[in-house]
Amino acid sequence: MAAIFANIDLTFLIVSLVKIVGFTFAAVLPLVTVCVYLERRFSAVIQDRVGPNRVGIPLTLLGFKKDIQIFGIGGLFQAAADGVKFILKEDFTPKMVNTFYFWLAPCLTVVPALLTCAVLPFGSELDLSLLGLAQPVKAVIADLNVGPLYTFAIASLGVYGIVLAGWASNSKYPFLGGVRSSAQMISYEISLGLSIIPVFMVFGEMNLPKITQFQDAHGWLILPLWGDGLSLGRWVLWIPMIISFLIFTVAMFAETNRLPFDLAECETELVGGYHTEYSSMKFALFFMGEYAAMIIGSGLAVTLFLGGWSIPFAPLLGLDFKAGATPLWLGLLHIATFFAKVLGFILFFILIRWSLPRFRFDQLMKFGWLFMFEAALANVLLTAVLMIWFPVK
Amino acid sequence: MPPLLFFLFALITLGFGLNVVIARNPVTSALSLAVSFVGLAALFLSLDAFFIGTLQVLVYAGAVMVLFLFIIMLMDIKEEADHGRTNLAAIAAGVAVAAILAVQIATVSGRLPESAATTRSAALKLQEAGARWEALGSKNLPTISNDLKAGSLPDAKLMGDTLFSKYAFHLQVVGLLLLVGTVGVVALSKRDKEGSSPS
Repeated sequence: MAAIFANIDLTFLIVSLVKIVGFTFAAVLPLVTVCVYLERRFSAVIQDRVGPNRVGIPLTLLGFKKDIQIFGIGGLFQAAADGVKFILKEDFTPKMVNTFYFWLAPCLTVVPALLTCAVLPFGSELDLSLLGLAQPVKAVIADLNVGPLYTFAIASLGVYGIVLAGWASNSKYPFLGGVRSSAQMISYEISLGLSIIPVFMVFGEMNLPKITQFQDAHGWLILPLWGDGLSLGRWVLWIPMIISFLIFTVAMFAETNRLPFDLAECETELVGGYHTEYSSMKFALFFMGEYAAMIIGSGLAVTLFLGGWSIPFAPLLGLDFKAGATPLWLGLLHIATFFAKVLGFILFFILIRWSLPRFRFDQLMKFGWLFMFEAALANVLLTAVLMIWFPVK
Repeated sequence: MPPLLFFLFALITLGFGLNVVIARNPVTSALSLAVSFVGLAALFLSLDAFFIGTLQVLVYAGAVMVLFLFIIMLMDIKEEADHGRTNLAAIAAGVAVAAILAVQIATVSGRLPESAATTRSAALKLQEAGARWEALGSKNLPTISNDLKAGSLPDAKLMGDTLFSKYAFHLQVVGLLLLVGTVGVVALSKRDKEGSSPS
């Protein structure tokens, strides 16, 4: 047994564990609650309502005069109140369901959504010489050469959760929701995969940290405003890149089952869709899975098209990344930049959800197969042809 | 990868593979096959074949098996009725196919140039490979040689380069075959409005 453990690098193991716990459980999961709060407040703003603005730490229950509002902003505790409500509700399993798969389905939604965090570079490097680490720590859990493909592969497993939930519930509305969503997710996965092939062609790279470093030095993919980004070639290639970005974003909405593509839930037609029969924390797991997928999707879009952790105009401000020589404060600033961009993208997700009506199912399929798929394919060809004359170094 | 993990993933692959044939519930069979694919993908990763491993999950576990599940649910196949009856012909055919595959793999792997080397002695010589790529001159893709010299294996790029240069013709033949298959499926499944066959 000792021989097995002798060749394991303990420092690497501990650093990896800290990154996994830190990013997945201390950053992405709390972000889910932030998203829920933002969703409620922002939708209220859009619809000219007030929204949740009263919930605070309920000290009045203990006889004090006022509830405490953190930062003076009311309603910040709404997400916590929602969570408590989920936990305290009765966890009911209907009699006619297939119990094993009924319990498995919520796990199969959440786990893939959180696993996809592994390849997202949430920062550049952290110089931890304070703690006695000689090498700077890369702010990515797994530095894979096939990063985005890994994300797609794991995310494509998420459809099992929805399909099984619909099937195991043994009830017609969940079943319809499950069947619809499996058809939808498989159809849009194709456009999603094809839409980023032009991006890989431009970068000549599928390693997300390297892609971000390139964007830090030479301008973001869809905002090439500094470094080599000011060349004619990058601006000619900007056209296919913006098409890629649009297709990617639309397909991402469909993959995460967000409005206007939330036909898996579709409460006006299917009661609650695939999670009609679920209650309490099992329902909360579906909820968390959906929001976690949205956060990771935003993270991937930001990393591929909007420079990831890169600070805008970094080389002009002298804040650009130099491998191995990045001070700790700049590393932390990069992490903050990444999360700021992700939050911005999430606000965009929410804005779309509360602005557009839902597709009809046949319209959705027609749009996916007859427009998105062809557009993505033509875009690959366009990029290839343009790159004959304007290669990116 | 430590040997412990190899045995773990081999056990997952084989165990769930066995469950595919044993399970009575078709949904369990389909899902077991998906888990078996994931275990296989982990074994690919242990061989530094990240690209193949990821594709295994993306294509087979994530797309093909979902379609299987979709069909099983749409046709509403219930548990198999005939409990306890063993189909001897099917078992014999399964064993025969597995034996043929084993012989084939053994023959092919015995003829590979590095087949005498063990995993320990056949370490990846990335630096040398990078230098060899650079010596190719005009055929050298800098993104491949730079990766190799930096000590990482650009498996996706190497595979793409091999597929689209050495096996370009074969790739196009396979593509044509797929196209014919797709057209055939559409032609077969598209119902004629007038003289539709009773279904």
